[in-house]
Amino acid sequence: MVKSQTAAVDVRGLSKHFGEGDTKVIALNNVSIVIGENEFFTLLGPSGCGKTTLLRMIAGFDFQNEGEILLYGENIANLPPYKRPINTVFQNYALFPHMSVSQNIGFGLKMLGKPKPEITARVSEMLKLVQMEELKDRKVSQISGGQQQRVALARALAPRPKVLLLDEPLSALDYKLRKEMQIELKRLQNETGITFIFVTHDQEEALTMSDRIAVMSKGNVLQIGNPREIYDRPADRFVASFIGESNFIVCKVEKKAKGFASANLPDGTSLTVECPVGFELPQPATIAIRPEHAFISEKLGKNQLAATIKNIVFLGTDTHVHTQLSDGTAFVVRQQNVIGEKPLQIGQNVGIRIADGAARILKD
Amino acid sequence: MKPASNIAETAKRSDVRRRWLLSAPALITIFLAAIGPLLVVLMFSFMVKGDYGDVKYWQFSTNGWISVLFERDPIDDTLGIATANFTILWRSIKLSLITTIITLLLGFPTAYFIATRPNKNRDIWLLLITIPFWTNLLIRTFGIQDVIRNEGLLNILLMKLGLISQPIQMLFTDGAVLLGLTYVYFPLMVLPIYSSLEKLDFRLVEAGYDLYATRFKVLWNIVLPLSKPGIVAGVILVFIPSIGAYVTPRVLGGGKNMMLGNLIEQQFGQARDWPFGSALSISLLAIVTLALLVYVKNVSRSGGSHGH
Repeated sequence: MVKSQTAAVDVRGLSKHFGEGDTKVIALNNVSIVIGENEFFTLLGPSGCGKTTLLRMIAGFDFQNEGEILLYGENIANLPPYKRPINTVFQNYALFPHMSVSQNIGFGLKMLGKPKPEITARVSEMLKLVQMEELKDRKVSQISGGQQQRVALARALAPRPKVLLLDEPLSALDYKLRKEMQIELKRLQNETGITFIFVTHDQEEALTMSDRIAVMSKGNVLQIGNPREIYDRPADRFVASFIGESNFIVCKVEKKAKGFASANLPDGTSLTVECPVGFELPQPATIAIRPEHAFISEKLGKNQLAATIKNIVFLGTDTHVHTQLSDGTAFVVRQQNVIGEKPLQIGQNVGIRIADGAARILKD
Repeated sequence: MKPASNIAETAKRSDVRRRWLLSAPALITIFLAAIGPLLVVLMFSFMVKGDYGDVKYWQFSTNGWISVLFERDPIDDTLGIATANFTILWRSIKLSLITTIITLLLGFPTAYFIATRPNKNRDIWLLLITIPFWTNLLIRTFGIQDVIRNEGLLNILLMKLGLISQPIQMLFTDGAVLLGLTYVYFPLMVLPIYSSLEKLDFRLVEAGYDLYATRFKVLWNIVLPLSKPGIVAGVILVFIPSIGAYVTPRVLGGGKNMMLGNLIEQQFGQARDWPFGSALSISLLAIVTLALLVYVKNVSRSGGSHGH
């Protein structure tokens, strides 16, 4: 999964707490992550999960209570931010309002004491990269939010950092611009070959752009993997509910043939679920099923779940059918809309077929 | 069409009249409080001085203005350059400039300190800064006098410590005046700089550190330029009143170390030369205006304006 064998950033046992005694808040709890060179790595989680704290510690704005941060093998955990070859794109961009677009982009190089001709050349290179050549002499207050975003990117990339940190940089943009910038960011990362560490709470953003994702909650890293792994094989209930949507059913499980188990649902149906060898089966267990891996049939068939339709939500390409199973559990089915289909009715009794291999046992 | 345009015309006229009426209180106040008295002073400076103060009304004379630049030799009645006036003028400019610089050097770190405190503590610090204003200026100035006079606290302390054997003459020196002016005008420097720094987005400071700027470079390239409006206001607020200061040089500088304010007061008091005093006042006004114009022009040229 890691593009290269070299570890660009190696976070080892990083812990951070604020306050002491009763008011002690743990922001990061013994976090270890290895991020490969040239990787687009995303820290994903709800607000307060510690992702921004981790980013700020890699940047050098906050300091850890324990642990170390290695940048290409060198411990940088105690260096001030201006001694770390790492740059940040801030959530609010934090452009210098008293400087022009060009001056903003050239600031880092100027502080590094680079000669003027080199700065000028690099700044125009960066202006070209983010397509802002025509606005180079504007004040940053005279350009739009999307343009400010580009300037912030160019400013952070200009000093050729070894790692670029991005702190929810797209959250201030409207939907359409955000989509454009997602593609733009991916392009920039490919062109520059710099390791990107991207912080977001937006799972869709994370899935679209990342090579790998670390899902965080309450100061812990719950799962690290590529988008497909995280989506298809969520490690626990939190990941399964935070990334995409999931239906959860509590039931009894028993081991079957090697690597598989059978889940016996309350209404008597049984599903075959993957079960890694050596995995201790919890009793009762929670199994998760994605809404798009379930299908509605008008007549209850063999090994299908009996359900009653409670609500139907039209989403454009898809429809969400909210149903209730016979034991009262809520279950959502996501159906693609097809022309000429006979519409479902609220209150209708239907059967739900689960696709093979769709059900997964979760650690609770 | 005609009636309609007539109505519009009338409406417009009454609109204009209403605007004048509404702004009249402000205009009258400005005239009575600011421009009117200045015109009176300007007129007095061109009149003949009265025998016991006052002026002889409507008798034109330029003697007041001549006295600003020249002095009449009492024996042979010839005009010479009024060196005493220029010494006082130079001392005024020098002392107020140094005061401005010292208050800026002390005031900026103070304002920065307060602006970087947690929100709830800032008000306490600001209150502490403004507490001296609660006491009368004269009393505070006599307080300083009591500390630095020959038998005062400071000299006694130094002698008790064995650092000096004889009291140092601190009172009635330029240094004493400087101490007084700095003390009095310090808050006027701190407050506007604070209000600028308070609005400063400290994420910009982080962005500076992130882009390889050391602490000093962040201060020089980011914090100072962005707090310039406050610094400009502070400099103006300190320089103007200190160049015309009266109480401080009078109490702490004694008779020898006069500043312009004292010279002017002397003309309206003991010397009973109102035209001369008026001419001096107008001169002071001109100097301050000129200094401000030069200063503001230089400041707005260097570094450019702010986006917001």
